[in-house]
Amino acid sequence: MAHKRPEPVQVIKQRRDAALHALVHSVPYIEFLGIEFERRGDELTAIMPFKETLIGNPMLPALHGGATAAFLEMTAIIGLSWVSLWDEIETGGIDATMIEAGQLPRLPKTIDFTVDYLRSGLPRDAYARAQVNRSGRRYGSVHVEAWQDNRARPFAQATGHFLMPSRDG
Amino acid sequence: MSEKERKAAQQFMEAIPHAKALGMQFTSLGDGCAEMKMPYDQRFIGDPETGVIHGGAVFALLDTTCGAAVMAHPDVKGTTATIDLRIDYMRPATPGQSIRTRATCYRVTRSVAFVRAEALDEDDTSVVATATGAFVAEKK
Repeated sequence: MAHKRPEPVQVIKQRRDAALHALVHSVPYIEFLGIEFERRGDELTAIMPFKETLIGNPMLPALHGGATAAFLEMTAIIGLSWVSLWDEIETGGIDATMIEAGQLPRLPKTIDFTVDYLRSGLPRDAYARAQVNRSGRRYGSVHVEAWQDNRARPFAQATGHFLMPSRDG
Repeated sequence: MSEKERKAAQQFMEAIPHAKALGMQFTSLGDGCAEMKMPYDQRFIGDPETGVIHGGAVFALLDTTCGAAVMAHPDVKGTTATIDLRIDYMRPATPGQSIRTRATCYRVTRSVAFVRAEALDEDDTSVVATATGAFVAEKK
């Protein structure tokens, strides 16, 4: 029986990275804050490189709570969107070249978002990962954690609910 | 808010780099209440298809307004920090319109201040988002 050979690794990587790049770079506020996403398999890590305009308390100094919240919310939205996008790209339901060409899926919309500030954000790079606890047809529930120097000591965490984009156009 | 008070509040805002980068302005401040405004800016867009501002930018404005309301409370001494803040998004803000927020610090205990706030665009009749939070604050 003919065995279908797996695609070359570069082809798969290029397709996945291009889809992620197109998704992330379509949102102006991601660019404004300077947030980037790194991918290892299907796992995403968001990175917010430190810059002066993220400061909220110049005396300490510390990151602005609003910058931290936006970073967490962005990580949750892209994380949730990526879960469904990943499945559709891998099963061929969505053509990755369409995404690269700018035909992006609609992003989930925030219903509510609760941020828990655990310690003050230091003036250095921040990282975050989202855990999608539910990704249903109508809404999703996502938990996000952000840390800086030490992964075991998060400086903020958040939980949010998101309205899923309608699947049929 | 008198012209002098408005100036002092605005100077305080100018000293916060992130608030300055987002173009936040005070419209009223005093007695545990704060009102602010943030003009529409294409760099703050969260949904490229519709041009609607990202929730994170609205969150930043609400957080700042809540913090200002705590510091404007007559019983609070010195500065404050957010412990937790929850936001409910009722509807997308209309693209092209400023976001206006008002926050009330309604209760101050020995070390915690409780705040609620709402965000509107230029339509007075329909709220865009509401917020509730707890802040670290030292009572006088």
